[in-house]
Amino acid sequence: MKKGIAALVAASTIFGAAAATADESAELTINGEIDIVTKTAAPAHLSDVLDEVMSGWRFRSDQTQEMQMDDFDNPGMLGVEAGIEIWNTVDGSKGKSCADCHGEPEEMAGVKAVYPKWNDQAETVHTLQMAVNNCRENAMGAEPWKYDASDAINIEALLASVSRGMPVNVAIDGPAEAMWELGKELYYTRTGQLELSCANCHEDNYGNMIRADHLSQGQINGFPTYRLKNAKLNGVHSRFKGCVRDTRAHTYSPGSEEFIALELYVASRGNGLSVEGPSVRN
Amino acid sequence: MKRTTISLCTLLIAGLGAANAETVAPTAVAFEEGAVAQSLTGVAGDPAAGATVVSTKSQGNCVACHEITDLADVPFHGEVGPMLDGAGDRWSEAELRGILVDAKMTFDESVMPSFYKTEGFIRLGKAYTGKAHEGDVEPLLTAQQIEDVVAYLMTLKD
Ligand code: HEC
Ligand code: HEC
Repeated sequence: MKKGIAALVAASTIFGAAAATADESAELTINGEIDIVTKTAAPAHLSDVLDEVMSGWRFRSDQTQEMQMDDFDNPGMLGVEAGIEIWNTVDGSKGKSCADCHGEPEEMAGVKAVYPKWNDQAETVHTLQMAVNNCRENAMGAEPWKYDASDAINIEALLASVSRGMPVNVAIDGPAEAMWELGKELYYTRTGQLELSCANCHEDNYGNMIRADHLSQGQINGFPTYRLKNAKLNGVHSRFKGCVRDTRAHTYSPGSEEFIALELYVASRGNGLSVEGPSVRN
Repeated sequence: MKRTTISLCTLLIAGLGAANAETVAPTAVAFEEGAVAQSLTGVAGDPAAGATVVSTKSQGNCVACHEITDLADVPFHGEVGPMLDGAGDRWSEAELRGILVDAKMTFDESVMPSFYKTEGFIRLGKAYTGKAHEGDVEPLLTAQQIEDVVAYLMTLKD
């Protein structure tokens, strides 16, 4: 299709051109074997605002899309490798590694798909990073990692990678409901001097260009995500922070109650899409 | 020498807006069905300066959301808002001024930012730093910049 043009434009400018050649109808299979659902019917709770939900992968250029189709071309897989290293390394006062309690990383398949999730003991919603820190502090006697710090992101990338292809399925009712409602409220709140909400860009305008950026639905099924722009794996909360900052607003902090709630809500907007991380984006 | 002092002065007045006695403060703008009849400065807008405001990222950055054929040499026009070709035919000067000052007075719930407004924000930040705003709030554009953009839009005729 548009490959000829894509190559031509990409030769002169990289990022802007990428957006102009996005292929919203492409399908994603990773390593020729893991089928990824990048478009599906919207979950019931979104039925009054969206018919379909789509992964951010659909909104990226052919070249960026291709980088995610083979693990050898996906720079995010370096984070997964670093994550395997951490997985097997003993840390903390109790002399344990993740592997000592959980076995092979593959045994964690399906975990990433249901987070953020209510934790009965803590009586609060845990993101996957919080759940990992819970293990570090209580099972290992190790220091918790700072939110979205590289070790935390690399382990999250590992846990995502073993769930790839499984449908996102976070629970929004039961004890998590209050946090979900808070997240929903934040999603629709118009912040900053530009008075823009998440919904203004990612619900009302996905598919449209905003300057050189091709707006996606702002889904998080692909996180952690390797961004060509900053050449590293990025966490969900860091991405939220960037988007809120761009409304000329005072942002929330990674790990804050607000961003935990927003992560739960945004994850639930992707229920039915496949876990896709580590993904590649611009 | 004298010349420099004078033009510096004019710059300052245009830049700060509020320093000029004739300047209408953001909180004192009078709307009539979305339109603003009175010039915000009493100084005629400069269309060329307006075109710069429209296309410059750190100023109006209107092209982030609007396509304008006249500015085709500026890269990457967005498509969040309607194309602005012919805006000078579709709207009167007073209506355009109203849309610029506060688009929400013309288009209910518009995603278009209010460019001459200083109140009513949620979690106002310090520009694009992500930090909390402190002190007096400057509107996104100065009064004279609004006048310049209105003058530029009036030149966009089909
Ligand atoms: C001013 C417009 C704007 C607003 C408001 C905005 N975003 Fe974004 N967002 C973008 C752009 C541009 C991108 C990069 C292109 C894309 O994926 O849409 C992006 C990307 C994202 C991504 C990455 C998607 C992926 O597949 O990698 C997520 C997640 C996201 N936004 C969530 C949010 C949330 C949550 C909010 C509200 C707190 C929000 N955004 C507010 C413009 C915005
Ligand atoms: C974040 C997006 C955004 C930005 C930035 C923006 N606008 Fe708009 N604008 C819109 C939308 C959307 C509309 C359509 C009205 C509506 O439905 O809200 C609009 C409508 C208009 C209209 C009336 C359109 C017509 O001709 O029928 C004019 C004129 C206009 N904008 C001028 C500007 C100027 C000048 C700037 C910069 C100083 C600007 N806009 C910045 C989104 C934007």
